Parts: sequence; structure tokens; C-alpha cells
Amino acid sequence: MAQLTHRTSSLLKPLSFALSSTRHLSSTTPITVETSLPFTGHNIEPPSRSVETTPQELIKFFRDMALMRRMEIASDSLYKAKLIRGFCHLYDGQEAVAVGMESAITRKDCIITAYRDHCLFLGRGGTLVEAFAELMGRKEGCSKGKGGSMHFYKKEGGFYGGHGIVGAQVPLGCGLAFAQKYSKDENVTFAMYGDGAANQGQLFEALNMAALWDLPAILVCENNHYGMGTAEWRAAKSPAYYKRGDYVPGLKVDGMDAFAVKQACKFAKEHALKNGPIILEMDTYRYHGHSMSDPGSTYRTRDEISGVRQERDPVERIRKLVLAHDLATEKELKDTEKEIRKEVDDAIAKAKESPLPDPSELFTNIYVKGYGVESYGADRKELRAVLP
Amino acid sequence: MAAMLQSIGVASASVTFSNHTNKLTSSSVHSLPVIRSEARTISGAINGSRKTGKVITKAVAAQAESPASAASKPGHELLLFEALREGLEEEMDRDPRVCVFGEDVGHYGGSYKVTKGLAEKYGDLRVLDTPIAENSFTGMAVGAAMTGLRPIVEGMNMGFLLLAFNQISDNCGMLHYTSGGQFTIPTVIRGPGGVGRQLGAEHSQRLESYFQSIPGIQMVACSTPYNAKGLMKAAIRSENPVVLFEHVLLYNLKERIPDEEYVLSLEEAEMVRPGEHVTILTYSRMRYHVMQAAKTLVNKGYDPEVIDIRSLKPFDLYTIGNSIKKTHRVLIVEECMRTGGIGASLTAAINENFHDYLDAQIVCLSSQDVPTPYAGTLEEWTVVQPPQIVAAVEQLCK
Repeated sequence: MAQLTHRTSSLLKPLSFALSSTRHLSSTTPITVETSLPFTGHNIEPPSRSVETTPQELIKFFRDMALMRRMEIASDSLYKAKLIRGFCHLYDGQEAVAVGMESAITRKDCIITAYRDHCLFLGRGGTLVEAFAELMGRKEGCSKGKGGSMHFYKKEGGFYGGHGIVGAQVPLGCGLAFAQKYSKDENVTFAMYGDGAANQGQLFEALNMAALWDLPAILVCENNHYGMGTAEWRAAKSPAYYKRGDYVPGLKVDGMDAFAVKQACKFAKEHALKNGPIILEMDTYRYHGHSMSDPGSTYRTRDEISGVRQERDPVERIRKLVLAHDLATEKELKDTEKEIRKEVDDAIAKAKESPLPDPSELFTNIYVKGYGVESYGADRKELRAVLP
Repeated sequence: MAAMLQSIGVASASVTFSNHTNKLTSSSVHSLPVIRSEARTISGAINGSRKTGKVITKAVAAQAESPASAASKPGHELLLFEALREGLEEEMDRDPRVCVFGEDVGHYGGSYKVTKGLAEKYGDLRVLDTPIAENSFTGMAVGAAMTGLRPIVEGMNMGFLLLAFNQISDNCGMLHYTSGGQFTIPTVIRGPGGVGRQLGAEHSQRLESYFQSIPGIQMVACSTPYNAKGLMKAAIRSENPVVLFEHVLLYNLKERIPDEEYVLSLEEAEMVRPGEHVTILTYSRMRYHVMQAAKTLVNKGYDPEVIDIRSLKPFDLYTIGNSIKKTHRVLIVEECMRTGGIGASLTAAINENFHDYLDAQIVCLSSQDVPTPYAGTLEEWTVVQPPQIVAAVEQLCK
């Protein structure tokens, strides 16, 4: 019990938190959780509904998702305060996908997604300060302020962005998978896209190639049922996106249940390493509109939004699980949320103080410095290229 | 090293000589010393000796040749597409991360034979036959490049790469910038373009003008086997995305190129013919039309300076500027369309930088702003012909 008092204030390890409140479970005792819905498979046997987890993981899920939720809500306020400009696409409601996926894979696996990338960036090891600084266009942002909301990248964390053009990231994802196959390093790539992007031709082209060469690519469709303002039934003749692969197997997953996502991603990783690509369709929902310029209520009713929030909210689900397994009290969870709120506010304050990029930064990183090539003629006597 | 050679000296048997020669060649290719030991000219051993066996006899037979001339005279003759293949093969040998993506590049050997034999040598994964999906396989190349591979994308015809414009412009060109320098995209995008022999409008595209505004890419155009090989190697070694423009009609040009390894600069222009009266700037196939016109011009008493600009983005304003400062007149001959072409940008760049040195307005001869017709005579008239170049020079130098 002496361990209980050991608590590093800067990191707020959920471990210590769990230990202090566990009644009869240690943090690594396996718990079995049932997913909310069974998986539906296309050309494949779906995995079981029972997911193994631990108290530590449960608490971590809660914390991570609450942090992501808090960050997105804070970004909303910052956008309205005109500190974030341009386009800002928020992920709240979809956190279970990010958190569940992260728990099933390693940092050596690659994730690439479109523009709704703030929370995935966080999951891959990005810090709050880097995220907020990038959103506000400051030098300390993950892309030095030159990318913006739609261009978050973290090379060390295996996060490849962050792309503005719908669907263009899927061929890139297959390229990442190609490189993984080329170097034979037993890792996979998760190429994520939305229900709107699912109608892009380049997706099918990339899927054909991935299947042809057995690339370890997992295509994840985050189906939040609305492609900007157009509902999926108005844009797609066949909204069963997991079946779109035809010869490529697919799995439909409840994207609001972090454990279903975790199970599906683990299953998909094993499959991709052995048999090539697989499509995962995550049935999820976004509370905000497509972006901050979209109120989100012209093409759907407020009742629908609040209905989903009441019945399927991912953070609530984990909260209920934590309480049901007696891993923490209501008050402790509320305290965690308060800490998270403070953490986010601190990060915002720090990011606000961060300086704007220098004007000279306009011209850096266009080309790799020195152009990377030394040159000489056939007589090898003189170094001829000395251009500024 | 001189001491070692002295010690080989007079009495050493040819056997020891050959051992030392091996060591010599591996180090001397880089240092090119002028070495003359008594009675034995080692100089012959320095040039292009991958085939060390033969060199010994040649070295003894070759008389006092200076290393410089010995290095440039012997070589091997080949066609432009073979030069490209040689450059590609050397780079694939040197770096296992270099791979090729394209339609029919593997088993078929490339529709212009640039990748012939490479799939058998390096395997199907390194020389990848893709389906007809330019947009996605260019995207895949960019994704692979983000992790550190060095893919070369071959467009069977440059015009097909218009389908991949988004990938080339947004992902290839801009990722280094938008990621704040985290990712480099060392891809090479290459393929034949230009007006061929009655190939029709859609297969006679010149994409230099469309790609030139994309920030973050470099563009080069090769025109001879020598610069084709050098530019191919430079493009592969560069950390930046490079678009290498080849021309359909130039693949069968023959030239003697050196045996030893060389890499050319991606940003340098080539002085084809020094002169005094007028600077003619050109690239790719038009170089040959200009040289043909130059013959006529010389007979008429003019002395044109012909520069093959090679680097389409960025322009080698250093070489171009020095030439303008000498001649004060500029003629640009290009195969691009008149509107928004390379010539248009070059005219603007020269006007901005060297206005004070110009004695006359810059004249730019480009292709007509029409889709390339099929009929032979009409096609001839869409591109710039030598008589037009001669007339333009005469007009300029009046």
C-alpha cells in the first residue's frame, strides 16, 4: 500500500489513481468486457465479442478520451474567440476510435488520416501544447505553425497526418504499407477515411493494389453518417462501406465502443500481416458539425444528436464500466475530469504565449537544405554547382 | 601513394603490379593524381577500370597520356534510353531503398525500354508493375517516400500524370513544408512527354508548364545521353521531389559517355555552343532544332550562344545571366505552349533580373496554343522549326 502515495503530479499516472481506489482488483487483473454489439463480417469470420482488458487500461481509456473531449471543446471556444482560424474539424463523439485503435497497436505501426486529426495526433504521442500551438499558428506547433489544423504530423509516433484533400491519404496509406512490406518489419498501416471519402475512386485503386500485392494495409472507414452536409444515404448507393471491398474482407464495428474498436484493430492487424488488406467500418458519430463553419443542425435534428449523446456516448460508456467494476468512485472520476480541464487550460495558456513564426520561416522547409546533391563533371575535377 | 608506386618500381612482376593496380583504381578514381613512375605509365590504369584485367595491357601500351584526357576519351557508346537505364541501375545497386513504380516497367521492361531487365535483376517488388491507376500509385510512391524509401514513378507518357496532379502538387510538393520539415519526399517522377510523330493531342502533352508553379518540386529536362544519365542519378540522390522530363523522340540518340561514375547538378544549365551575338535558351528536343538552325546561322555569319537550360525549376540564372551580360540579346526556343509556358516564366525572370543588360526585347518562340493535331503537316507547324529560329535571330540581331 506504500505505492499508493507515490504519485507524480506532472503525469497523473492512472496507475496510481487506480491503485488508490481499487477495492479488490490489482491494476493488471484481467477483466472481460462484452462489446455492445456483435461484429458483422464480410467474407470473414468476425472476432468474438469478449474483450480482455485490465483496470489500468479502463482507467487509461477514460482519461485519454476525456482529455480528447476536453481538447476539442476547448478548440471550439478558441475558434469562436478567433484564435484558431480557417478550418477546424472537431472529433468529439468519435474518441473511441482513436483510443481503441491506439491500444491495439504499437508506435511502429503507422496511422494516416484526413483532416479530423487532432485526437489521433494526441493518441500517437503528440502533446497538448504542440496541438494548440499548431492550431493557433505558433512556432511551437507540431508543424511549426505552417500546417494548421489539417496538417498535424508526428514522425516519431508513426502519425503521418493530417491531409486536407478528401481521399488522397488512402493511396499514401497504401504506400506506407508498401514500405512496411518492402522492409519486412511486421508492422501495419491504418489508413483512415470517412464515409464521404469512401466514394472516391482513388480508394478503390489503392485497395486493388493493396490486395494485389498483399500489403499490410487496414482501411478504416470512420462512418459518422454525414459527408459534410450530405447524409450517407444521399451520397452512396450502397452505404455498407465494409462490403465495398468486394474481394477484400470487411468488418463492421460499433465505433462508439472503445473495446469493440480495440478488438477489431487487433484482429485486423493479425489478418493484415498474414493475408493482406482488410476494411474496418467504424459506426461512429460526431457531435459538432463537419467543421466550425457548419452548425451541424441543418441536415440533422437536435434530437438525433442528443439521442446519440445519451445512449451511445463513448466516454459515458467507459465511465459506467469503471463504476460497474468498482475501479473508482464518481467523485474520483469527476476529479480526474477537473484535472484534465486544468491541464488543457494550462496548455492553452502556454500555447498562447508561444511566439508566432519568424517571417524568414516562410522560405524554410520548401526544399531540403543544400538540395541534397553534390555534382561534378566526368573529369571529377571541379565541384560545379554552387548555387545559393 | 607515390611511395607505393616507386616501390613497385622496375623489377616487380606483373602479378604484384595487378594487385597494386586494384588498390590504385579504387582509390584513384576519387583523387586523380598525376602519377608517372619511371617507364610505367600508371595513368592508363586510372581511367574507367572496372575491367582491371584489360587495363594492365592498356596501361603498358598507352603512352604518356594525361589523366584528364584519358578519362574523357574512352567510354562507351549508348542510346539515351540505355543511358537512363544505366543511371537507374547504378543507383539501384548503390541504395537498396530505390524502387520503381510504373505501368509495364517490370516484366514488359518498360514501354520505352528504360527499365528493361531490371525486374529480373531486382525482383518484382523493387520494380513494381502497377495497374493503370496513376493517381493512386503516385500517392503510394509519396507514402513510401515518407517512410524513407526512394521511389521512382514512371508515367508511361507524361500526359497521364495529369491524373495524379493532386498527389504531385499537394502531397509530393507540399508535405515537406506542411509537416514543418518532418518528412522529406525523395521521389523522382519521370516519363516521356513532348510532341512525337503524329501521336495525337492527348499523347503529345508538355507538362512542364502545368507543374512549374508547384512549390517544393524541382524540374529538369534531359536532352542527351550524357545529361540523361547524370540527371537521373542526381534526381534519385536528391532529397527533394524531382520531375525528370524526357522526350519521346530523343530516346534513340546515340552518344559516347564516360565509363566512370558521374552525377550532374540539378540546377545547372549546359553551355552547348559558346558565342557572341545572341543567347539562345532552349531545352529538350528544341536543342536539336536550335543546333540545326545554328549551322545555318554560322554560315550566314552570326555567332549564337546556345544554352540548354536543363533545369526548368529553378532556373540557372547564374549561367543565363553571364551569357546575357556578354551578348545582350535573348531568344528562347521551347516546345511548351505560348501561354503560361516555361518561356513565359523565363522571360519574366530575365526581365526582372537582367533588364539593364538587354539591347533588344526578349523573343520567345514556343509551340502554338493548340491541341496537337494528328495530320503530319499540321503537327510540324505546331512546334518551332529551324527556319523560324533563323528568322528570329536575324530579326533580333538587326
